[in-house]
Amino acid sequence: MAKPKVAFYWNASCGGCEEAVIDLNEDILKVVEAVDIVFWPVALDFKKKDVEAMGDGEIAVSFINGAIRTEEQEEMVKLLRKKSGLIVAFGSCSHLGGIPGLANFWDRETIFTRVYKTVPSTANPNGIVPQQKTNVPEGELTLPEFYDTVKTLDQTIDVDYYLPGCAPPPDLIMNAVTAILEGKLPEKGAVLAPEKSLCDTCPRGEKKPEKLSIKEIKRPYEIIPDPEKCFLEEGIICLGPVTRSGCGERCINANMPCRGCFGPTKEVIDQGAKGLSAIASILGVEDEEKMTEEDTKKLIDQIVDPAGLFYMYSLPSSLLKRKRMA
Amino acid sequence: MNEPTIVSFLCNWCSYEGADKAGGARLNYPANIRIVRVMCSGRVDPELVIQALKEGASGVLILGCHPGDCHYKKGNYKALRRAYLLKKTLKQLGIEEERVRLDWVAAGEGERFAEIANEMAETMKNLGPLELS
Repeated sequence: MAKPKVAFYWNASCGGCEEAVIDLNEDILKVVEAVDIVFWPVALDFKKKDVEAMGDGEIAVSFINGAIRTEEQEEMVKLLRKKSGLIVAFGSCSHLGGIPGLANFWDRETIFTRVYKTVPSTANPNGIVPQQKTNVPEGELTLPEFYDTVKTLDQTIDVDYYLPGCAPPPDLIMNAVTAILEGKLPEKGAVLAPEKSLCDTCPRGEKKPEKLSIKEIKRPYEIIPDPEKCFLEEGIICLGPVTRSGCGERCINANMPCRGCFGPTKEVIDQGAKGLSAIASILGVEDEEKMTEEDTKKLIDQIVDPAGLFYMYSLPSSLLKRKRMA
Repeated sequence: MNEPTIVSFLCNWCSYEGADKAGGARLNYPANIRIVRVMCSGRVDPELVIQALKEGASGVLILGCHPGDCHYKKGNYKALRRAYLLKKTLKQLGIEEERVRLDWVAAGEGERFAEIANEMAETMKNLGPLELS
């Protein structure tokens, strides 16, 4: 029997998701034994035309990482959708928008102006910015369109499953691959990770005090956190309460607070709104009746960039999706 | 003319009573204030506020009991912190802070309710509709 065909593709991403595949270590041998990798630009020399030559649905599953930022990315994922039985959004950027999604605080014009004109290290006396069409003596050159707004994969094509994380951990990748090979998949649209919140599985959870109250907000660089204590107890904002578990607590174990890369749990619509709600509720809660409105505001003002913090990984998938440009 | 819609979350114990008082006293307040009764201002999740804006409201009004008067003792303190942090966040996302207003209206304060409602409607009129893509 022919082995099922698998494709990997990347869009607006950092390459960490490709590394995550390599991080399967010896397990990757089991994967290649069971499947044929027919497309993987970072590692194998197949071209777009090879994918175009395949029949519709011929690829059993495509794992697609990265957010959608350009016309080219949109075209490629639409092609892969047509040729694939299953599409798995692989990693935070394709699932939620991820770090590239923070570009939604700007638009094409403001990004181009900054990157090509005003960055101190840029010398561009003629103010040249990328054009979609450029005429040169040899003919017309074209570039794909750079969109104003970064989108998630499921805002561009129909997605069957999500593998969350920046990057997805090897155990979840293996579980997903095994489930696909054995045909034991959950209902369409499922996030292939546990349903609990990170606090539920956090190794520091047991020592967490009954009542959390933050008197002063600390940023991670300001103190060396106690490796045993709940970050919130120390005044460091951690998004564990509003983030899905399954990451293996990699950041927590490296003594860094959660920033939400796994996205919200199933019930939550907007991870950032939930995050700010959870954090606001415990700020100064111990003395809340005694604090004046001014005291309260002063405490909250210690959060210098709330939108960037609470929507760090999820801005394109949030209710507002992006900044409203004036 | 299309008046801007203002979704208003009123706590059951103080502010909703206050709005009722305003109605009973036949005080004028704009019809575009759409009231949603909630048990406590502390129940108003920022998600609800953003969803209201997303679905076409020009502004969101959250009214609760005066500090110290919360039926659940401390719900309005949470509302205060959530609203302030939400407004800061929305501002970064290009949404004017005035579009979300948290205030306190006691059960007997019908006039205060009408005043806040009128002010909010005026502010929204000046800001214009919130056109979200």
